[in-house]
Amino acid sequence: MRIDTNWRGDPAERIVFTFNGQPIEGYRGDTVAAALLAKGIRLVGRSFKYHRPRGIFTAGSEEPNALVTIGSGADQMPNVRATLQEIHDGLEVRSQNHIGPLQRDLLAVNDLLHPFLGAGFYYKTFMWPRSFWERVYEPVIRRAAGLGALSHDHGGARSEKAFAHCDVLVIGAGITGIMAAYVAARAGADVLLVDENMSLHNRHRHFDDPIRDAQGITHFSPEDFAFFYLNALQAMPNVRIMTRTTVTGIYDGGSYGALERTGLHLSPDAHPDLPRETFWRIRARQTVLATGALERPIAFPNNDRPGIMMLSAFMRYVDGFGVLCGRTPSFFVTNDDAHRVIAGLIARPEIAQAIRRCTVIDPRPEARAQGDYRLIAGAEVIDTRGRHGLREITVRQGGSQQRIETDLLALSGGWNPTLHLTCHLGARPVWNAEAAMFVPAQDAVPGLHPAGACNGTLSTGGCLRDGHTTALRAIAVLGLADPGVPVPQAGEEAGNGVALWQVQAKGRAWLDLANDVTTKDVAQSAQEGFASVEHMKRYTTQGMAPDQGKSSNIGALAILADATGRSISATGTTTYRPPFVPLTMGALGAGGEGHGFAPERKMTSHAATVARGAPMIEAGLWYRPSYFPAPGETTWQQACDREVRMVRQSVGVVDVSSLGKIDIQGPDAGAFLDFVYTNTFSTLPVGRVRYGLMLREDGHVMDDGTTARLGPDHYVMTTTTAAAGQVMAHLELVAQGLRPDLDVRVISVTEQWAQMSVAGPLARSLLNGILDTPLDTAGFPFMACGAVRVHGIEARLFRVSFSGEQAFEVAVPARFGDALYRDLVARAEALGGGAYGLEALNVLRLEKGFLTHAEMHGRVTAYDLGLQGMMSPKKDYIGKPAAARPGLLEPGRERLVGLKPVDQGGILTAGARLFTKGDPHTRPHDQGYVTSVGSSATLGHMIGLGFLRHGPERMGEAITLVDHLRGIQTPCEVCAPVFFDQDGGRARG
Amino acid sequence: MLIPCPVCGPRDSREFTCKGHAVTLARPQADAPPEAWDAYLHLRDNPAGPTRELWHHNAGCTAWLVVERNTVTHAVTGARLAGEVAAR
Repeated sequence: MRIDTNWRGDPAERIVFTFNGQPIEGYRGDTVAAALLAKGIRLVGRSFKYHRPRGIFTAGSEEPNALVTIGSGADQMPNVRATLQEIHDGLEVRSQNHIGPLQRDLLAVNDLLHPFLGAGFYYKTFMWPRSFWERVYEPVIRRAAGLGALSHDHGGARSEKAFAHCDVLVIGAGITGIMAAYVAARAGADVLLVDENMSLHNRHRHFDDPIRDAQGITHFSPEDFAFFYLNALQAMPNVRIMTRTTVTGIYDGGSYGALERTGLHLSPDAHPDLPRETFWRIRARQTVLATGALERPIAFPNNDRPGIMMLSAFMRYVDGFGVLCGRTPSFFVTNDDAHRVIAGLIARPEIAQAIRRCTVIDPRPEARAQGDYRLIAGAEVIDTRGRHGLREITVRQGGSQQRIETDLLALSGGWNPTLHLTCHLGARPVWNAEAAMFVPAQDAVPGLHPAGACNGTLSTGGCLRDGHTTALRAIAVLGLADPGVPVPQAGEEAGNGVALWQVQAKGRAWLDLANDVTTKDVAQSAQEGFASVEHMKRYTTQGMAPDQGKSSNIGALAILADATGRSISATGTTTYRPPFVPLTMGALGAGGEGHGFAPERKMTSHAATVARGAPMIEAGLWYRPSYFPAPGETTWQQACDREVRMVRQSVGVVDVSSLGKIDIQGPDAGAFLDFVYTNTFSTLPVGRVRYGLMLREDGHVMDDGTTARLGPDHYVMTTTTAAAGQVMAHLELVAQGLRPDLDVRVISVTEQWAQMSVAGPLARSLLNGILDTPLDTAGFPFMACGAVRVHGIEARLFRVSFSGEQAFEVAVPARFGDALYRDLVARAEALGGGAYGLEALNVLRLEKGFLTHAEMHGRVTAYDLGLQGMMSPKKDYIGKPAAARPGLLEPGRERLVGLKPVDQGGILTAGARLFTKGDPHTRPHDQGYVTSVGSSATLGHMIGLGFLRHGPERMGEAITLVDHLRGIQTPCEVCAPVFFDQDGGRARG
Repeated sequence: MLIPCPVCGPRDSREFTCKGHAVTLARPQADAPPEAWDAYLHLRDNPAGPTRELWHHNAGCTAWLVVERNTVTHAVTGARLAGEVAAR
């Protein structure tokens, strides 16, 4: 029921949402849980394994029970905590994990089978027959045990990623965090205060504990204190406050991950532009951790019914939402703080009016009532009744038992500091036996200062002092002066209770409500030998649900300690890992969908290429045309064959700008190139281009390419598209780190120059149409280079060929690339040629035996490629000593050969294995493999390159190509890797 | 993780790539015995504690750095230009 208390909601803002299709009215600012409880709806879901009726247990992100699905279609989100999700108009909420209506779940039969479903039952029961696991058991189990489901619709749910930087990050805006933020802000630090909840200042202890200013004159209630300081913080320009934001993980160097529920509380129809969630990466120089503490439940038989919840949650529904969850409440508590809370509660007139009876059960015989309620001291709750919600509890006091009618049971077993984040870098929490709680280890995270309840300080006065002290520590590290903010004073009393992990009584007592793990399961785990806390966790699945055991981990390990006769500190905790709360993949991967997945590099000819209908294929991050379909062609092979014939017979144009281009300048540029290439470049005359081979230091081939000498101290290197980045980093390392004695500078100019290749017998005629000064054969021979003018633009011309034809590469500043490409293609078409794509380019290079990274795949040497002649004996270079190792010069290595089918129509496939004729096609007889194949339009059959043991010694031998994957066997002839124009006359023509 | 680039200041580790131990800078003479080359190419310590690594600021100033960091705590304790280290 809704009561008129000091609730800060706005009764004027009514919201209607649906729960399982039924319209429910609430107010803006309500969570789903608060709105349901206000309407007396206690049953909100079914448990994971036994399908027991479950209700709302907490009021925060630690909720183990009340997981619901919101939205539908592409926007559907499963496993949303009803305790965090705020209602908005049109919100659809559905309960999870039941077949049929929530009240009459067909799978509730599982609960009757509980004697067979204990810890480890999957492992023991579903052992045989083995084949049943995948076909029968797993699908059945998945249907029976589980949570919400995704809709499988693509799209919807937009998320964003964002970055934030600050001097001091304060995590948690309770009184400790507010105090710390205020001190740091007054010192002038750039402060970021984040809190998980929609509103700030959510205390863990709900009783009136007045706060006095340092002089002791003014008294504030904790609310007024928070209000006052938050107002001051909001007015300061160096303070940012983020609500609905959970810090989910701590990473190295002051990095924090945080999930902001940016738009989940608003109707997506009314706010279409708002992301649902934002994943923040926060970089903080210093951090104050003020995450508070989670109240500790008590395990007793049938402690899982709807209507049983934590005392702090019960109070939060009263204070935060004006919702009273029961009119005949009972309380099972172990500490004096809880008595103060209850006394304060029933002293409020509106509460006293609303409740009919109030019973408090305390296991301590010496407990004293602190208000007008019935106390049963030295007693325990040993059972509960009520099928879909609590109706009655059984209390044992000494030797007698009594039943008490009640509609709500609130639990308080003390506090567990919320120290999860302090463990994310590997630290383990420390057991404080006196306070009976785990506290953060000293210096668990560099630059992170735990304060207040998360550090084991529970009193109001202690929290304020802690917040103040840690803030001073943080600002001292930052070199800021103490702003002299006085410390307010408040009560120093806290806790004073006993730890009661479980009540010894007959019946199943739940520890982990989310995964249906009982105290018996933990004891059984220990009995069956899974006595380490990590083994117990995996055997029972305790702590492995979406709540990660926030309310059950400590209790489970205490019971395990008891079962194994060890102390709690010797038992230890399991590892706390990020994320603190479940994260959606959509939030983590925000911005990474579709075009955001990877950068797309487009050449200047991209638009013209796409306009010609060329399908684009990815080459690393680059997009390059595959082929240019002509009218009447129905397959890519037809286009490819035509383009190959076109280049061999007239002229073709292809954009080669994606190849890496590296500008190398300096007096020692030649010596530098001599050191990175196997062959010599210092002797290359100005105006000439040379093919170069580059090794890694381990003696294997890194890359090849041509390098042109544009001036005495000026070279420009081209690399393959695939290796451009690697070669650039390599050259930088050599220049900076290995040869700092050389005066040389390198820089990538790949994107500064657009470079087009013009290839074919008519290449020169075409070029002469655009060059200001036409070329003749003698003036610009094969492997020449130099500056030219194209339509008045300064350009560079390189006479290099990757097709074996007469060919030129013309480079212009990138802004002229599009125009140059369109002009060249138009002129080529006028000469009977045109544009060609990568498929034709690949066949043309294969016919000439030119290499790509299919051949230079990282495991081959210059010797394997037949390029040992390029390894200069006269100088040192990268890879030289390692390449001289005898094993890399073995004739029996797999070495480059050409392959052609014995029958004209024989099919070659890349990746196929090679076998000596007559040998079995098994691994011990393997002779090599195929790296590249193509259908040669020029020769009329397929051709291939591959690596074969003793390759060059086996010319003319008939071998067998076997592709086990595609079921292909083709007799092949070993031949030289140059199939066409062996003497290279065409390129020189 | 932040790397204090001597050129750019402290930058996120995502701007860098790591090439392993900084021993790469101590290239043996070309005629050094095979054992020296084997050690240079293949043998690396796997320290639990301080180590020196080569990092490339490829998404920044393109400098190669010798970064000192602790493999246990992940603390980065210093970074120098590889060129300065090599030329010492």
